[in-house]
Amino acid sequence: MTTAPLHRLSALAVRDAVARGEVRASDVAEDVLGRIHGLDSKVRAFLRLDEDGARASAKAVDAKVAAKKPLGRLAGVTVAVKDVLCTRGVETTCASKILRGFVPPYDAHVVERLRAEDAILVGKTNLDEFAMGSSTENSAFHVTANPWDLSRVPGGSSGGSAAAIAADFAHLALGTDTGGSIRQPAALCGMTGLKPTYGRVSRYGLIAFASSLDQIGPMTGDVRDAALLLSVIAGRDARDSTSQPAPVPDYLASIEDGVKGFRLGVPREYFPESIQPAVRDRVRDAIDVYERLGAEIVDVSLPHTDYGIAAYYIVATSEASSNLARYDGVQYGIRADGARSLVEMTSRTRTQGFGPEVTRRILLGTYCLSSGYYDAYYLKGLRIRTLLRRDFDSAFAKVDAILCPTSPIPAFKIGEKVSDPLSMYLCDVFSVTANLAGIPGISIPCGFTAERLPVGLQVLGKPLGEETILRVARAYERETDWHLQRPPLD
Amino acid sequence: MEWEAVIGCEVHCELSTKTKVFCPCEVRFGAEPNTLVCPVCLGMPGTLPVLNEQALVYAMRAAHALHCTVATHTKFDRKNYFYPDLPKGYQISQYDLPLSKVGWIDIGPPDRRKRIGITRVHLEEDTGKLLHEGADGESFLDMNRCGTPLIEIVSDPDLRTPDETFDYLKELRTTLLALGISDCNMEEGSLRCEPNVSIRPKGQAAFGTKTEIKNLNSFKNVRDALVYELERQRKLIESGGKVVQETLLWDAARGVTATMRSKESAHDYRYFPEPDLPPLNLSQQFIHDVLWSLPELPAVKRERYQRELGLPYYDSDVLVQEPEVARYFEETMNAGAPAKEASNWVMGEVLREAKDRKVEVGALPVTPARLAALIALVLGGTISVQAGREVFREMAATGGDPATIVEKKGLVQISDESALQSAVERAIAAHPQAAADVRAGKEKAMGAIVGAVMKETKGRANPKLASDLVRRTLGVS
Repeated sequence: MTTAPLHRLSALAVRDAVARGEVRASDVAEDVLGRIHGLDSKVRAFLRLDEDGARASAKAVDAKVAAKKPLGRLAGVTVAVKDVLCTRGVETTCASKILRGFVPPYDAHVVERLRAEDAILVGKTNLDEFAMGSSTENSAFHVTANPWDLSRVPGGSSGGSAAAIAADFAHLALGTDTGGSIRQPAALCGMTGLKPTYGRVSRYGLIAFASSLDQIGPMTGDVRDAALLLSVIAGRDARDSTSQPAPVPDYLASIEDGVKGFRLGVPREYFPESIQPAVRDRVRDAIDVYERLGAEIVDVSLPHTDYGIAAYYIVATSEASSNLARYDGVQYGIRADGARSLVEMTSRTRTQGFGPEVTRRILLGTYCLSSGYYDAYYLKGLRIRTLLRRDFDSAFAKVDAILCPTSPIPAFKIGEKVSDPLSMYLCDVFSVTANLAGIPGISIPCGFTAERLPVGLQVLGKPLGEETILRVARAYERETDWHLQRPPLD
Repeated sequence: MEWEAVIGCEVHCELSTKTKVFCPCEVRFGAEPNTLVCPVCLGMPGTLPVLNEQALVYAMRAAHALHCTVATHTKFDRKNYFYPDLPKGYQISQYDLPLSKVGWIDIGPPDRRKRIGITRVHLEEDTGKLLHEGADGESFLDMNRCGTPLIEIVSDPDLRTPDETFDYLKELRTTLLALGISDCNMEEGSLRCEPNVSIRPKGQAAFGTKTEIKNLNSFKNVRDALVYELERQRKLIESGGKVVQETLLWDAARGVTATMRSKESAHDYRYFPEPDLPPLNLSQQFIHDVLWSLPELPAVKRERYQRELGLPYYDSDVLVQEPEVARYFEETMNAGAPAKEASNWVMGEVLREAKDRKVEVGALPVTPARLAALIALVLGGTISVQAGREVFREMAATGGDPATIVEKKGLVQISDESALQSAVERAIAAHPQAAADVRAGKEKAMGAIVGAVMKETKGRANPKLASDLVRRTLGVS
């Protein structure tokens, strides 16, 4: 039996210890909740905890163990869930005032899957309002700090989930990634974050930002835990017509098989002048490790990369302008007082309920879809998507996976970019392309800057190539101990 | 100047599928408000639509029946606008790649038959309903209807008169009913029509400025509103004014149209492809399977009734209006009744009885087989036509067998000369003037004497035999 504190164990280790009867799920839950109580006042990763729910789940697991009943794959493992995923009976707000008080009568598909595998859901994590942002500063409720440097952002929009993992507030977390919202905060918090292929995980119960880009994925302490969590949440769901029917492999089965003989592509467009030197150097170092492990490093080109950000902000805002139309004060969430007409009720509710970034994106998207502008913007955005997909298709004809930075910069200071949305948008330059092309990508820690800020390495794969990128990521992780390092929070 | 109207119709028809178009809620009219709803049709955050295949098949049936080409590649789009009865803030509809395009339907009786072009038939979802019935002016929402599958049928601007439009709608309704995809009940809103109309000098090719009329809940309303609107446009133009492109509401009580919204305040619906539903690729096999599954359409049935059964157009048209009626007619015929006799009885007694009882003809206690038996009794001379009607009423009330009823009521026709002779003699004695008139060749006077015979025999006398006996007794041939 291990001597490390329970919150510090990997999910796989917790599950094994619980299954063997070495630790009780209730002790795991108390340890994690105790840690959150002790330290989350500094990090503020959570919007709300579900302590009663967590304790009840833990007790149920302990009862199963005692009765020698079969246990789920996440028995006794604590999970933090981004507050954009619906949880039955637990308020779900998307970090927006407009959804205050909204208690879904249903679980998201992924939440159902977690419960079915005996996970312990500890709470809902902070995010940029409606997942729009790259710093979690756009939360209507509070800012989350990066556990590595509390004066800095954790990235976003899944900043709460990334910070929760970095601070050992949960063994696993779920994030969502529309343009990098899993991978970028994972990079900035020194954690592992995987955005699956579009359609690999059902979006049922994920409150939509941009439906054709949104994907749910694991945010974990290491690659093997990411594989475990993906195995649980992936697969066809009849309630999401865009979910893919392909069978779900055991992502842990081939994860230790290494990269010997693999061809790994390095796209020249992902190493521009503007990238921070420390980031570039750490990623180059990681590429050297792969070469040492027997992979062949191949120079590839993704020529339309530069158009990614523009296409992304057209497609994402257009879809968002429609997806967020339902917050009109009629059925749920807040309703502004004192309106004397329908139009006034809706416009006042939305003006009061949405923050500035969400408002900005709704306006941008509404403009892009307007009569006379559709062809110039939305349609062009779709064409760029096709070109980006072709870029990746031709690259993947030559290589098994692609290596590149996750984010051009490490964690920045809280407040630094708030007044400059464009520079914030540019944080997504290396991550939006995977969403636009629908391909999977994983970010894993690959070292630190001189200021001891984590740097992320991104591994991109073919559609449904999750097994490959997990294997590639794990090969590097085995050679390094970045994933074992923890911020000096205590 | 002579003016010509140009009319096109947008028709929305609710499909009578078991469940809604994008969620598993039941489709049913008249349930308690908000009892047929779920998170999906309420548009709650995080929910997603899943296409009901039955709705797709029903829409394809309509497309085929209207001779449209069904697309092998089609998709759904979002139509964005704010309204409380539209919970997602957008309607899932179809924009640039509709399910089907370019078809036609023939309308009107043979002497003014006309082919009307169909622009497109597409599938979409219905909205909820706002109920303005609060005591303090509040409004309530009933979302039962929200998510009911709807087809939109757009006609070409081929209609030229309000009567033609009426014929078009009637033929469209009959066709949709025959397909079994909708109850087409205008009062309950399952069939809704929004015509657009303009006028132009006769002979001019260019269209005038059109207006669109909403709030029409019967075919008669449509005709009345068009008559009014055409007259309004004519007067306006002739007095030097200009028609403004706008949406009008028909006020049936006052018989006028009034502005609902002008072109300037028209919505920009910001259509874009629905990302939650992948585009549909329909195989030719699937498309053909739906085509071959179509029932005989009213237009074809009407032709057949005339050609093969020798029925007049009028009969064939009445019989095919509702599939139940046509079925009832054919079953009566199959049970042995001659076509024209069956048609007369169905159009007369059967439809009247169904209307009086407010039921479908199929729900009448009189089965087609029993109606055929009744017809046989009349044609065989066992009972008179008049007695036949009485028997029918009894059958409709009790569901009994005609022969039994005839027996029980003693309605068997008296066709025995000796049984009638004394009644004839008494009738002649009682009407000396009429008897004299008949002898003098006034055929009309026969009525009074034969009537008296019928009265005495309580209608059981064979009328032909009674007449013959009266003549013979009076010595006229």
